[in-house]
Amino acid sequence: MGLLARRNLFHDKVRFAVTLTGIVFALVLIIVQFGLFLGFTTTTSNNIDHSNADLWIVFRGVAYFDTGRNFSEQKLYRVLATPGVERAEKYMQSFGRWKRPDGRVESVQVIGFHPGSGLGEPWNIVQGNTADLKQEDSVLVDELYREKLGVQKVGDRVEIGDHRARVAGFTRGIRSFTTSPFVYATFNSSLDYTNPTSSEDSTAYILVKAKPGVSPKDLQEKLRARLTDVDVYTTGEFSRKTRFYWMFTTGAGLAVLTAALKGLIVGVAVVAQTIYAATMDHIREYGTLKAMGATNRYLYRVLIEQAVWSAVLGYALAMVVAHFIVEGSAKGGAVILMPWSMSAGMLVLAVVMCITAALVSINKVTKIDPAMVFRG
Amino acid sequence: MKQQHAREVIRAKGLSKTYREGMTELRALQGVDLQVRPGEMTLLMGPSGSGKTTLLSILGCILRASDGKLEILGEDVGAMPESELPRIRREAIGFVFQGFNLFPTLTAAENVALALDLRGVRGAPAEKRGEELLAEVGLTEKARSFPADLSGGQKQRVAIARALAGDPPILLADEPTAALDSTSGRTVIELLRRLAHEHGRAVVMVTHDPRVLPFGDRIIHLEDGRILREERNLANGLMESEFVDASAGLARVSHEISI
Repeated sequence: MGLLARRNLFHDKVRFAVTLTGIVFALVLIIVQFGLFLGFTTTTSNNIDHSNADLWIVFRGVAYFDTGRNFSEQKLYRVLATPGVERAEKYMQSFGRWKRPDGRVESVQVIGFHPGSGLGEPWNIVQGNTADLKQEDSVLVDELYREKLGVQKVGDRVEIGDHRARVAGFTRGIRSFTTSPFVYATFNSSLDYTNPTSSEDSTAYILVKAKPGVSPKDLQEKLRARLTDVDVYTTGEFSRKTRFYWMFTTGAGLAVLTAALKGLIVGVAVVAQTIYAATMDHIREYGTLKAMGATNRYLYRVLIEQAVWSAVLGYALAMVVAHFIVEGSAKGGAVILMPWSMSAGMLVLAVVMCITAALVSINKVTKIDPAMVFRG
Repeated sequence: MKQQHAREVIRAKGLSKTYREGMTELRALQGVDLQVRPGEMTLLMGPSGSGKTTLLSILGCILRASDGKLEILGEDVGAMPESELPRIRREAIGFVFQGFNLFPTLTAAENVALALDLRGVRGAPAEKRGEELLAEVGLTEKARSFPADLSGGQKQRVAIARALAGDPPILLADEPTAALDSTSGRTVIELLRRLAHEHGRAVVMVTHDPRVLPFGDRIIHLEDGRILREERNLANGLMESEFVDASAGLARVSHEISI
């Protein structure tokens, strides 16, 4: 039966190519749509997820990362005085105006942190390092935004909020979901860049690291009891809150989510149609096989073997195509993520979709229509 | 060797088949009685819609009768669960189809091997048996050819070899010569007759082809789902007819035929 399954698939190379094309198209569509969705959700909470903090203290009512609102740094001292806190640092997020060397102005999101603190620092630094930011007016930007920000190399000079700034290094792959790229600076510099009138004794966030062995949840409860007018979130909570905001409160999030679901539906439909058509092409042969005495079990095995071959080969090709798309997206405007769990999930999905589609047609196969087998 | 008096391999009593589609009923078979013995070639003839293919489908256990009793090799097929029918088809019956129904992606040898695979015969024994079967139909040299590269007659001979894979006592053929020229048709008919007469198989064939008439041991004429008359080729070149239609009464006549 293995021979029949393989021959039915491979004998007519054009038909096989059409079948594989359908499966590859469907899988790549699903991978791209869900990869975009993953990339999107990950991008919105990137700074939170890479903060290395256990807890985030935010102005009461702040719904997501990109709308940090300043509050008094007095709370930092109360935090530091709380048992179980190992470290706590101020952290700034605010929008600013970036004036390119050619005079054009772009909106940026300035992130202020304390270099060397290990909390809220940028990652994937490919040129320069966070220590370089200690030099006055130094900033790190992502190389993705070189063109948008009008800078090409370390040492290029710009103005942020009418303050001089110098590019001290570049990160790689730190995207902003908004149209405003992230600019990393020391906490104090970030105040100058974004709100020169604000005093140094305010902060948009306080990042907290719990002592080893201290549960972030327990520490969260303690801090909630001690602090007023702020919300205390675990990093996971604030990350989810931010992702949820972008996903479900804005049209953009819903659009990406809907596109991902549409991709899944269209993908499943394409695979189902492709496999169904491939099975129905041989329907008379299956009828003959049944007339010859094949059991339903025998037919199931032939169909399932064909479906698994189609799924595995389609998956392998789809992975190659998806790999190039994912690689290409790393340098493009929207990141497409394909973690290993998604790759593994796609293999399972491909096999399940192909087998299900093959089994949908099995009803026609297992019931012989005498007219089908007896007439030429 | 002819086995005229051997026990019947097919016994049908009062077979009826009614197709229903909405409010419409079509009575395709009405109380057909039929016994088929080994070593005989039985032809089922009749105009379109007379019930030939329905009868062949029921005899082949791929269609259930609405009423009546059918025994294949002494087993009551009507009383069997659906799941038992593939076994009967594998053990007792070989099919030969008008359109050959070969698997186009398999070679001639592989088509025969597939029928053996269904019966759990694989590897070297399957290869040896496949060679024997193709030799029996005179197609040893075409073993590696795909159906698309064979003539109509060759395809039908491969189909016959495939039908013989399970060494079935019954061969059911649906217009096996309809798609063939006269030479190929004669080859196929002679082969089927040899399988009946020399190998003791019961061959039941639906046909419209008058050229086949002289080769049948029995010719059963169907009309409107009933057996109208039965003819038997006598050894002396005469054909004896028996009218079994109730309204026509029972009459026997003999007339000369030429083979």
